Parts: sequence; structure tokens; C-alpha cells
Amino acid sequence: MQPFTKLTAIAVPIDEPNVDTNQLCPTRFNKVPRGPKHRDILFHDRRFNADGSEKEHLLNVEPFKRAQIIVADRNWGGGSSRESAVYALYEFGIRCVIAPSFADIHSNNCAKNGLLTVVLPDAECAAIRKQLREKPGATIDVDLAAQTVTDAQRQVHRFDIHPVRKKCLLEGLDDIARTAQYNDRFEAFEAAYKKGRPWLYEAGKP
Amino acid sequence: MAAKTMLEKIWGRHVVAEEEGELLLYVDRTLIHEGSSHAFAVLDQRQRKVARPRQVFAHADHYVPTTGRDRGVEGIGNIEIRNMVKLLHANASKHGVTLFGIDDPRQGILHIVPPEQGITQPGLLIVGADSHTSTHGAFGSLAFGAGASEVMHVMATQQLWQRKPATLRISVGGTLGFGISAKDVILAIIARIGVDGGAGHVIEYVGMAITGLSMEGRMTVCNMSIEAGARAGMIAPDETTFAYMAGRPYAPKGADWTRALEFWKTLPTDPGAAFDNEVSLDGGAIAPMVTWGTNPEQAGPVTGQVPDVRNVGDKNRRAEYEAALDYMGLKSGMPLQDIKVDRVFIGSCTNSRIEDLRAAAEVARLGKAIVPAWVVPGSGTVKVQAEKEGLDQIFLAAGFEWRAPGCSLCTAINGDQLKPGERCASTSNRNFRGRQGTGGRTHLVSPAMAAAAALKGRLTDVRELLRS
Repeated sequence: MQPFTKLTAIAVPIDEPNVDTNQLCPTRFNKVPRGPKHRDILFHDRRFNADGSEKEHLLNVEPFKRAQIIVADRNWGGGSSRESAVYALYEFGIRCVIAPSFADIHSNNCAKNGLLTVVLPDAECAAIRKQLREKPGATIDVDLAAQTVTDAQRQVHRFDIHPVRKKCLLEGLDDIARTAQYNDRFEAFEAAYKKGRPWLYEAGKP
Repeated sequence: MAAKTMLEKIWGRHVVAEEEGELLLYVDRTLIHEGSSHAFAVLDQRQRKVARPRQVFAHADHYVPTTGRDRGVEGIGNIEIRNMVKLLHANASKHGVTLFGIDDPRQGILHIVPPEQGITQPGLLIVGADSHTSTHGAFGSLAFGAGASEVMHVMATQQLWQRKPATLRISVGGTLGFGISAKDVILAIIARIGVDGGAGHVIEYVGMAITGLSMEGRMTVCNMSIEAGARAGMIAPDETTFAYMAGRPYAPKGADWTRALEFWKTLPTDPGAAFDNEVSLDGGAIAPMVTWGTNPEQAGPVTGQVPDVRNVGDKNRRAEYEAALDYMGLKSGMPLQDIKVDRVFIGSCTNSRIEDLRAAAEVARLGKAIVPAWVVPGSGTVKVQAEKEGLDQIFLAAGFEWRAPGCSLCTAINGDQLKPGERCASTSNRNFRGRQGTGGRTHLVSPAMAAAAALKGRLTDVRELLRS
């Protein structure tokens, strides 16, 4: 996993609340293997007509085409657990989404792919989105170690993040490696846990 | 000993290790489907094997067609779709996991088949490659969906890192009225608490209106917990649960059954256990619900109207409603029963169980469908049972289509989909933009309400039809 440390990048405001993962990646693209095609899958049906021509959408125009940060509204990423929604964000170039709240599964999926989700209060997100609309192409700084976002007017916003998620993102740590440290404990746990519950695990079940 | 919630009891039994508040949990069951190809791809890339193949259950459901199934996988016309089903079969065989493939008579949706087979049991921790895994909480298990990375991790290690969720108890008291189903209950709950009302929480549903539900109804309620943003939903196991479990293929038998039952009875929340949040609703006041907007909280009783945006004080909310009505092609303030539908879909992991089909058939027998209406059973087992009861004949006589099991028009990736602008009364779980096909418009309803919409060609109060 690519570590996330610091980022200074163009940010795009998305004013809509409850953006679900169906919008980020329409279901029919779930079968596409992860790769560069995901760049155009992001918000596909909002960005493109059936014939492939472009619709009016911020992500289709300069400077937002080059955005690496999204500043969103509440409950970003609800609905389906599809990780393809994260592939779409990532391949488009997005490395950080800032919003008042995130859906749990999507937020986990982002973290597992090195994409940082930052929770800031509603009013602060709204204020930053306003700055970005007024000054398209303005950049934002995100510093994970310091847990700060510096907005387009150079105002600093502090954010909270779980220490384990922070460490994993900063170091690009992957869960499989973390879990391997506990292999001995796992074996002991499982042996004790399965004892007396043969109906759950015995061989030859239908 | 301190009083514990059911979540705490189940959670506590599964902790393998802890790191600064993140817990490594043992996973009992993993449920996957064709879309889990991403997880298998990473597993292969890392040269990992499935750690406990006997605990992983694979389902051909998302991509399987719902007609022309006699030719099996080779009968799937679209090569990309055919390859998704083949890939699942190949991955399951390569890794030795149990497969309910396209030709299996038990084949069906990953949230229908495991309960039917007794794979879902109280007290288990179940992770699924699908957000509606919350369904299985109806048995008093902790069950939730995860993305490809986490599913890959579970397959590789049989464990998952999680942070302990908060608890929300939702109490639905009273007795449900005539013509009211579990779907109306959960839509009423979501309308009340919002699509993010359960975020960060596991919901436990309690109250007479909940315990009075069959297992099928309880699964419908828990299924849509994710539509309230919850990590999971659960209902305490009781005699209804045990009666459902008894004799299922994977359920314990003989002395094991006695031992299992003893354990299951320890699971319900202790009296006096504290929840982080509480909500209560009067079940007796719930009317048949329909959604009018583009997420499941945008719903109301069928006797009501689409919101009049002029009366919405908050300007952000007004903009949100205007955008939803614009997409849905509806007029602000119009009666919900004036909404004409082009199609009807009865199916999905929310509402394709035998009880759902019985409820829909009871309405279908009262007339003829005047718009195309599909019935898609949730599994081969449901289909056979329905045919035994003659439900298929009732549907066919009423002009409904009787199709083969799968996710069908809920996920709309198997070739079943709405055309742009088409409006569908649907028993599925998501009315998101484009969910049932690009430009499609979805109104979520119960199975009885969907059948009623088919007979009338518009959203209609099923209670009037049933009374007449």
C-alpha cells in the first residue's frame, strides 16, 4: 500500500450530501479489473452521456480534472460495499476526501487503499467548499502526521483519526502483515474456540 | 457481572488480539459472490490460499440471468457476464470453498441461501462481500459487509480488524396493522433516523412488533440496517429462531442441537444492559411505505404526498429534495398514489423469501397486472417451495413473469435493468440514482404493495385492494 503522509493539491468541492457508492462507481463497472479504466468510471453516469460524450461536471473541467482532494458533504460513500468505488477515486487521482461524515464500509475501504478520509465539522467543510467554488484550482494542504488540513485561505483545521489507521496510512502498512504477528495467538484461540462446537466446522458437512 | 448487550457477548467471544482499540476478530463464516473476483485477484497476486475454505461459502447470484437457465453457464449470452460466473466457479474450485453455483438446485442470493441451509446461526460472526450481510443478524449473529481488501484478509487469515461499534436499540412496540409488513417497518425506521442515522452503530431491534415477525420478516428488517448506515442489525434469537433452524442441512443435530440451543439461549441482551443510543417507534402507527426520492430515507406513507419543497425551511434540504424530485420526474406536493409506474419488481435479498412471495401472490390473485411485473425468487429452494404451493400459477395467471433465482433487477448487472426514465415499484433495498439501470427510477415498497402497483399501474394503498 502507498503510504499517505502529506499532500498539497487542487481540491474539488462536491456539494451533494449522501453521495452513494453507486454514483462513484455504477454497478455495471464492478466487473472491470482494477486499472486505468477506473479513471473514467468515477461518477461515470454523472460525467458521461450514453454515447460517451461529456456532460457538464466539475470533474470534467480544468482545473478540477487534476484534483487530488475532494471536499464533500455529509455521509459520503453510503450503500454498497464495492471497493471499486475506491479504485475509481484512486485512479482519478484522488488521495484524500474531506467530509462531515463517511459511511463506515467505504471509509474502511479507502483506508485499506491508502486513501485518507478526513472528518471535519459540517460548517468547516461548507466554508472550504465555498472557497473552492470562488477560487477554482485553489490548493489545500493535508498533513496526516500533524492531523491538519490547511484550507485555501491558509486557515488550519485539526482533525481526529484513529491511531492505528493513522499509523497504517503513514507507513503504508498492510493488515496481512499486522495480522501475521498474532499467528500463535490465532492458533491457540481457534483450537479453544472450536472445541465443543463440532457442528460448525466438522468435515463432511453437506 | 455487568449486564451485557447481545453485541458485547458475541463480540467478546471473537477477540483474538487488540492493538490500541483495534481488535482482531475471529470470523466464523465468510459469504462471497461473483463480485469477490477482486478479492481473489489480490489473494492470487500475494500467492495466498484461503485459510479455512470450509468456512467460506460462494454464491452465483449477482450476475446470473433470471431466464434461459436450462443451458447453465454456457447459456449466458453476454460473454463478460458469463465470465464473471465462470470465474467464481473457478475460484471456488481452486480454493476449495463451498459453492452454490449456477447449476446447484439450492443456488440463490447470498443472503437467502445461508439462512435456508442453516449456515447462518446465532452467535456467529459473519462477514460478507456485500453490504446486505446485515441480513444474517436476524438470527442473533453479528454479520456485516466488507470491501474486497477486507474480504481478501478474511479469506487469507479467517480474521478481521475492527473497532468496536456503538450500540443503538430500536424498539418497535405495538402490533402491526392490517396489510403492514416488515418492509414497511424498516422503511419507517429509516425515514425516521435517516440514511446515516445508524452510522458507527450496530442496531438491535426489539419490541413486540419485531418479535412478532417471522424469520423472513426479521431478515427483511436486518437486511436494510445498512440503508440506515448501520454496521449491522440484529434481533435476539428466540423460539421463532430455533423453530426455523431445526432440521436445516447445516444446523446441529441430536446432542449437538441440545448443546447449541443451550448456547443460543445465553445470547440475548441482559436486562438492564446499556445502549449508547435508543429510538422507539409505535408499530401500530406504521402505514404502507413508499420511497419518493433517491435514497431510502426519502420515504413516506402511501396515503401521503411527495414533499412540497416550498414548505422545506432548510435551504440545503430543499435543494436536496429538488434534486431528488427532478431525477425522479415528480411534482412537488403530488399525492404518492398518483405516481404511475412502468414496471414492477418483486425480488432481491430484502424481499424474495417464501413469505414475501405469499404476500405478493395474495394480492396478485385479485386481478391482472397492467404493467410488466417480475417475480424473482431468492433461491432455488424458495422457487420450488413456491411452485409446490401454486404461487407461480397465481402469478402467471395474473400476468406476472415467474423467473429464475438471483439478484436480478436489484443490482441490475445480470442484464436485467430499467431503461432510462423507466419507473419501477420495487421490493429491493436501494432507490439510488441509476441503481436499477442508468436513468431508472425506483420506488421501494413491500411485496404486497409491489403486487398492488402491478394491478393498478400506479402506487396504491394495498390495504384498499385487500379489503375490497
